[in-house]
Amino acid sequence: MLFSKKNLKLLSVPLSIKNPITVLVLGICSALAVTAQLKPAVVMALSVTIVTAFANMIVSLIRNTIPNRIRIIVQLVVVAALVILVDQVLKAFVYDVSKQLSVFVGLIITNCILMGRLEAFALANKPWPSFLDGIGNGAGYGLILVTIGFFRELLGSGSLWGYKLIPESWYIINGGWYSNNGMMILPPMALIVVGVIIWIQRIKNPELIEN
Amino acid sequence: MDTNGNKYTIIYASVMVVVVAVMLAIAATQLKPFQDANILIEKKQNILKSVNIVADSKQANDLFTNTIKELFIVNSKGERVEGDAFKVDLKVEHSKPVDQRKLPVYVADMGEKGKVYIIPLRGTGLWGPIWGYIALTSDMNTVYGANFDHQGETPGLGAEISTEKFQKPFIGKTIFDQSGLFTSIIVAKIGEKADPAHSVDAISGGTITSKGLQKMLYDDLSTYQEFFKTLKN
Repeated sequence: MLFSKKNLKLLSVPLSIKNPITVLVLGICSALAVTAQLKPAVVMALSVTIVTAFANMIVSLIRNTIPNRIRIIVQLVVVAALVILVDQVLKAFVYDVSKQLSVFVGLIITNCILMGRLEAFALANKPWPSFLDGIGNGAGYGLILVTIGFFRELLGSGSLWGYKLIPESWYIINGGWYSNNGMMILPPMALIVVGVIIWIQRIKNPELIEN
Repeated sequence: MDTNGNKYTIIYASVMVVVVAVMLAIAATQLKPFQDANILIEKKQNILKSVNIVADSKQANDLFTNTIKELFIVNSKGERVEGDAFKVDLKVEHSKPVDQRKLPVYVADMGEKGKVYIIPLRGTGLWGPIWGYIALTSDMNTVYGANFDHQGETPGLGAEISTEKFQKPFIGKTIFDQSGLFTSIIVAKIGEKADPAHSVDAISGGTITSKGLQKMLYDDLSTYQEFFKTLKN
């Protein structure tokens, strides 16, 4: 029963027709901030997935005790405590990883997807489905992040995961014909890439188009 | 039970805050010794990296004692001052007037290449502090190596200062021009006119971090000018 059809749907739906970025339009801020290169995009996607899953589960466990009037504050405290705790442990035992995550920690806490899922799903569902919903939404977010990061790094820096793909001799400075698109490095281009992804997705799924 | 009553809400909030606070406080105090040890090792790794030695966290202690043969503090007049150079906190020193600052110097023995002088740096990027170490050969002019790090610069943009791609071009640059005038090193954008002997390329999209780094180099190296003179003579 753990992986019933209904539960598996919680994992797959956020990847497509209920994607947190392209359909629910949540988490746009970090999608613009960390996608200039592929590597930070992947690190951010993994962190958000883990935190969303566990925060969802914890909030779901205590959902019947939370006073309605302060529920957002309770959710925020759960998320913040979780993120700080994880960061402290990483700092003590895997310092390198924690350095990589440094700036993301703050970004995770403020990520709208987290609050959105806690509010919309975890408060009304049992812990296990909530956990899966967190994984699914984190993955849906990650999918878009990695796609944007792929195009921005490739077209903006001519590399992927830090490795140069465009041969040096192609560049105009070295007598070639090619030049990196500097616009790609700047956040506005991330927004345009998101726009293009949304466009393609809606062509493929006409049911997403509002009247 | 009525979970919407005032009494319940207040008690719930108080208990939650206390529980979370205690949990985080215990975690922070228990993990502090491990974290401090990591920070010290990282400092040694950073210093070693400025003389182009890459050490993993296990080797760092040994390599540091084998490489850094001398560490001392000078003041802005270039005179030696008592104290432990490794423990000097640049954040504290930067809040003092220049003539009261303790300026740490690490001397690395690079074998055939002779002595290399490592100067610690600290400045401000876009989101928070940036810091680093710059190593000068014994002519106190040519850069032997440099290493920079940051607290929270934007990944992919300002955070690039901690990559080798940005740091490598510093090697071989000079901080004085031919007439002996202090020029520091300019972090120049494409199209900006700068003497290639004293400049490196800035990071696209990371202008404020690049300029902060340039200012850090200028400000901190200039306080060592008298010390450089005493070594040159």
